[in-house]
Amino acid sequence: MGSPPGGLSNSLRAIPEIHAMSHSVELADVGMSFGDTRAVSDVSFTVESGEFFSILGPSGCGKTTILRMIAGFLQPTAGSVRIGGQDMKGLGPDQRPTAMIFQSLALFPLMPVWENIAFGLEARGMSRPDRRRRAEALLETIALPGFGDRMPGELSGGQRQRVAIARALAVEPQVLLLDEPLSALDLKLRQHMRAELRSLQKRTGVTFIYITHDQSEALAMSDRVAVMSAGILQQVGRPRELYDDPETPFVARFVGETNALAGKITQSDGMHVGVETAIGPMKGRARQPLSPGQSAHIYVRPEAMAISRAGDQEPASPHTNQTEVTIARLDFEGAFALVHGATNTGETLVAAVASTGLSAMPEVGSKAIFRFPAEHGMVLADG
Amino acid sequence: MGELYDRFGPALSTGFVALVLMWLAGMVLAPNLMMIDYALRPNLTPSEIGTAADGYTLSNILYFFGEDVHLAIFFKTVWASTLVAAVTLVVCYPLAFWLAQTATRGQTALVLLALTIPFWINEVLRTLAWYIILAFRGPLNELLLATGLIEAPMRWYGDGGVLAGMVYAFILFMLFPVYNAIESLERAQIEAARDLGASTVRIHARIVIPHAKAGIATGCVFTFMLAAGTYVAPALLGAPGSRWFTQIIYNWFFEGGDWNRGAAYALVLLVLCLAVVLVSLRVARVSLADVAR
Ligand SMILES: Nc1ncnc2c1ncn2[C@@H]1O[C@H](COP(=O)(O)OP(=O)(O)OP(=O)(O)O)[C@@H](O)[C@H]1O
Ligand SMILES: [Mg+2]
Repeated sequence: MGSPPGGLSNSLRAIPEIHAMSHSVELADVGMSFGDTRAVSDVSFTVESGEFFSILGPSGCGKTTILRMIAGFLQPTAGSVRIGGQDMKGLGPDQRPTAMIFQSLALFPLMPVWENIAFGLEARGMSRPDRRRRAEALLETIALPGFGDRMPGELSGGQRQRVAIARALAVEPQVLLLDEPLSALDLKLRQHMRAELRSLQKRTGVTFIYITHDQSEALAMSDRVAVMSAGILQQVGRPRELYDDPETPFVARFVGETNALAGKITQSDGMHVGVETAIGPMKGRARQPLSPGQSAHIYVRPEAMAISRAGDQEPASPHTNQTEVTIARLDFEGAFALVHGATNTGETLVAAVASTGLSAMPEVGSKAIFRFPAEHGMVLADG
Repeated sequence: MGELYDRFGPALSTGFVALVLMWLAGMVLAPNLMMIDYALRPNLTPSEIGTAADGYTLSNILYFFGEDVHLAIFFKTVWASTLVAAVTLVVCYPLAFWLAQTATRGQTALVLLALTIPFWINEVLRTLAWYIILAFRGPLNELLLATGLIEAPMRWYGDGGVLAGMVYAFILFMLFPVYNAIESLERAQIEAARDLGASTVRIHARIVIPHAKAGIATGCVFTFMLAAGTYVAPALLGAPGSRWFTQIIYNWFFEGGDWNRGAAYALVLLVLCLAVVLVSLRVARVSLADVAR
């Protein structure tokens, strides 16, 4: 159980020969236009073989379009898609070493589960007893032994999910493409399936390209994440890099929660910069030197923000920023709470506080000090 | 029923129910009962009515089973109607698939409109158009001669002409059910099948046709019944060798003057058509309720 599909390669129909050394997917300056609509522009990234790679972005940013170009359902209007070092230009989905899991799963409702799983093998001319055997082995892999004769309509959402994955794995793809496969599931099941997908990916060693608009999902599951906005690739990186060191304002805002304060650069000393904001001067850290006068934002994660009672002001230091706020609201989220503080200029800053420390918090309506270290203030130029 | 009474009160509801029953009795039951009554009585002269000869008998039906020529035409009609249904399906399926899965909304509207407009014209006139097209010195022969496909004009009237006329006349009855059925197939299923390496033939055999089975059966049943019961196409486009069973029935009524025998023949046609339909639905594992949808 759990071994990657083996002993099957001989029976697979001719798929372009892939050299075992680099099974990665490479997109070079890929663009896609539908008539006048430009859905994707100049996207380049490389996915290593065996990687769990996510594409993260808000609805309509072009994630599905990219996935369909990799799968072969769409031919890019610009740039090239290479899989395993080979240009995929002109090859259809049936000629590529990829398998796709659709947003709707697209199981065949009139076929029993085992025939669904074995459909790709049927198309490759494998004999019926062999197909049945393979399907049973895959049902073991997805922990649904004995479900082969059920119809898809007789399965739960999570079980259908797993059948769709088994059906795609049956053709031994180099790359599995998943289009928001968990979006239809409820939260608990979604969390469970995340772990399951992740472990399945590790066991099979298949490259996963996973689409989601849920940033926590992308951060939790992926080796690397590509963040997209409006058809443009914003940043590719490991989850920690995206979170701690966003390259663009979009990534800073989209990945995780953040406070954003607008201002102008007042001084720049290497990576240490000063920003004049509406609530006073702030010190932060830049990724690259910025020139004084540039307009920029300083981004602070809520969990980097510490709260103390009014009057507990610390002496000004070059390493911390602080500002006085009125506690406006407190959102209890379970493990932590979000404390909303209104500054005297009307802006709202949010601090995350572990629930265990809630009793020491100032009351709603009272004054408090929000404080964050300069190294947690990420400064990015606007534009 | 109870809901009807709750909603409209006893007076109005009773009225509705009575109207429906009257409609069923007057429009459906009465003509059929009349026909059965006619079929089971001998053809009598006015003076014989009321005498001992005026009783129920199977002689009209038995007469049919003794007439080899009529039997042959009957079976040919059943067989040829099956062929009409099959050919109509073959013609409509690709079009229905294209309309339902590939065409843009504008294209679909245009094609459906183009196909519907001829049906605003009476069936006789529509068939007459084919009568002109297929004439010995008609446009079809001229076109084929001009392109050099044939050397001498062909006689199209007969089995071929009847088939063409009927397929044309019944296209919409096939197209709409099949189109509706394929329309409801989720596009992603076809894409998934293709992604898994299935050929076009396999995609249709394993995904599209099983999904559209009820629609296909509906179209075939409609077309078969219309073909078996039609009179215009064989009368206009046929030849002496391509007589249709309805023409024999017509002859009994209006030329032989034997309404009873005509009714008996019509009854046989009705019963056997029904049998063919039920058997083919059973074979296709589609229920009558699916067809009615
Ligand atoms: N076939 C098409 N014709 C025209 N425009 C299209 C087509 N497919 C996608 N688009 C447009 O391209 C853009 C990107 O669409 P895409 O489906 O890739 O978004 P997405 O990131 O997958 O969104 P979601 O998260 O909502 O699924 C959208 O603006 C969409 O309207
Ligand atoms: Mg999408």
